[in-house]
Amino acid sequence: MVEDRRLGDLIAYIILTIGVAIVAFPVWLTFVASTWDAATIINGQLPLYPGPHFFENYYRVLFVGTSSTTREPVATMMFNSFVMAMTIAIGKIIISVLSAYAIVYYRFPFRMAAFWIIFVTLMLPVEVRIFPTFKIVSDLGMLDTYQGLAVPLIASATGTLLFRQFFLTIPDELLEASKIDGAGPFKFFKDTMLPLSITTIAALFVIQFIYGWNQYLWPLLIATKDSMLTIVIGIKKMIVTSDALTEWQLAMATAMLAMLPPVFVVIVMQRLFVKGLVETEK
Amino acid sequence: MAQVTLTHVKKVYAGGVEAVKGVSFDIPDGGFCVLVGPSGCGKSTLLRMVAGLETISAGEVSIGNRVVNQIEPADRDIAMVFQNYALYPHMSVYDNMAYGLRNRGTPKDEIEKRVAEAARILAIEPFMQRRPRQLSGGQRQRVAMGRAIVRKPQVFLFDEPLSNLDAKLRVQMRVEIKKLQRALGVTSIYVTHDQVEAMTLSDKLVVMNGGQVEQIGVPSEVYRKPASKFVATFIGSPPMNILPATIDGPGIVALGDAILEARDLQQDLAAGTKVEVGLRPEDIEIVTEGQAGSLPFDVEFIEELGATQLFHGQLSGLPFVMQAATGEVAAQPGRLWITVDPDRVHVFDATSGTRLGRA
Ligand SMILES: Nc1ncnc2c1ncn2[C@@H]1O[C@H](COP(=O)(O)OP(=O)(O)OP(=O)(O)O)[C@@H](O)[C@H]1O
Ligand SMILES: [Mg+2]
Repeated sequence: MVEDRRLGDLIAYIILTIGVAIVAFPVWLTFVASTWDAATIINGQLPLYPGPHFFENYYRVLFVGTSSTTREPVATMMFNSFVMAMTIAIGKIIISVLSAYAIVYYRFPFRMAAFWIIFVTLMLPVEVRIFPTFKIVSDLGMLDTYQGLAVPLIASATGTLLFRQFFLTIPDELLEASKIDGAGPFKFFKDTMLPLSITTIAALFVIQFIYGWNQYLWPLLIATKDSMLTIVIGIKKMIVTSDALTEWQLAMATAMLAMLPPVFVVIVMQRLFVKGLVETEK
Repeated sequence: MAQVTLTHVKKVYAGGVEAVKGVSFDIPDGGFCVLVGPSGCGKSTLLRMVAGLETISAGEVSIGNRVVNQIEPADRDIAMVFQNYALYPHMSVYDNMAYGLRNRGTPKDEIEKRVAEAARILAIEPFMQRRPRQLSGGQRQRVAMGRAIVRKPQVFLFDEPLSNLDAKLRVQMRVEIKKLQRALGVTSIYVTHDQVEAMTLSDKLVVMNGGQVEQIGVPSEVYRKPASKFVATFIGSPPMNILPATIDGPGIVALGDAILEARDLQQDLAAGTKVEVGLRPEDIEIVTEGQAGSLPFDVEFIEELGATQLFHGQLSGLPFVMQAATGEVAAQPGRLWITVDPDRVHVFDATSGTRLGRA
């Protein structure tokens, strides 16, 4: 029996290690590439260990900019991406938590109609409605602005549905106890619903931050000025297909930098929702 | 001061369900009223209308001479204890109790004083900083009580507060609730479907059935003179035996060949009127064979309850149950001759089920 378990464990570890290696190897390669100089990479003889140009490459991408392709340094792009991702994530959470609260706890005419309309927008992601949305944004003069980048992506059916399902699991007695305790609708929301939703909010924040950070098509249309580029677009612009030589070490450094904020968000938020899952505050 | 009065209170739910069909009664200041009845009879609905959690379709509810129909729950000066406690899961025990007071703008030192006092009375002082999920069911129940007490309300409302507890704890908490209510002197309405709770807690018992009040009275009166067959079988355990019978003369009913005297029976009923006779298992007496008016009871099997035994069998071909102190009657199947004190024979109308008692 004991022997069997050991064998099982061993196999499990081997499979896990293979899995991790498959996922991690490209990331490692990206990192390694970002620490050598252009010549080494172009030779096609990239070693599998980091090279001596780490500080040089990263300093250059972050603060100087990459020669001809993108004139803005990556720090600006990261800032743009960050503003966009944060606005989308926070905006989505605020809108969906409020709309779900209204749908679950208020009785108003066409409540179910409102719910179904929100539901149907699940079938209309940005890509589907991109032309009319672009037209509206440009008519409103929001091209090359943060509002233009973020606002059209904020509307969210997913978040509303998620919060609705969660709110439905909260026993009615809690609302009734609050009523008797003299808490009005707003106080009930602030004192009871929000604290109970923390886990859901954290999970949604992670998902939506990454969603916002990784946006490609929309910023490509909206950001026409270099100063408004997001980092994802920046990477794309650095990889030149035609004549000029792509500065791979810089593109790779930018890619590494682009990975950092999502990883950071996952790590910070994960603590919160793992805690929530373990403590089950219901 | 905080008398509660219900006048022709009705509730029709949105779907057209008539859950409460015109109920009137009042509870004196400091009284303990228990609403009891089978599941779905509208007890919770009635209580929730008093609390203000459910709108009142018709009629009037007043608390302390003030009609509260249009008043928000928070302003009715009531406190409610829910079946599943409904404690705020994310707040400490202390905050759970203090929350309502804070919302009312009670000064901080006053809150501290009241919470500390409630905690002392309920013996929950060691748990004040814990979350509800870190407490046992009984402790949660106490916190829910504490949340009600600190408010110093005019009326306590309880909706089956003990039904999530185990049998032993339920008995203990029942006693505590009664003591507490006596000590605080707060008018209380208590909903339960447990007739033992109903009998022991109340000084005014309201038996409900199908959205209507069947009987209101002190528990002993409800037990001794049930107003209908429904009340008779609902209150008392094991339930009362009901047997078909006919009127034989003034104050006399005939059960097949046997004759029973019923002292409370309405006098002017025509002989031959079909009625039903109710005999409580615990009121049955054993007599020697052949004694005048005695009934033959064929015992089939015996259930041991410890202090008492239940004899199941047949009386004139109908199922019948008798309860006797252990050892009083030989516990074996066979024929017994029984009789019942004429004061304890209940007679009900065969169709409507109402008690045919003296006016
Ligand atoms: N929100 C509602 N909408 C429609 N009908 C309802 C609603 N709430 C309760 N009812 C109905 O009203 C009747 C009384 O319900 P109520 O909850 O008052 O019963 P109860 O006496 O408390 O029963 P229990 O002992 O099972 O708690 C039931 O027939 C129930 O189906
Ligand atoms: Mg109920």
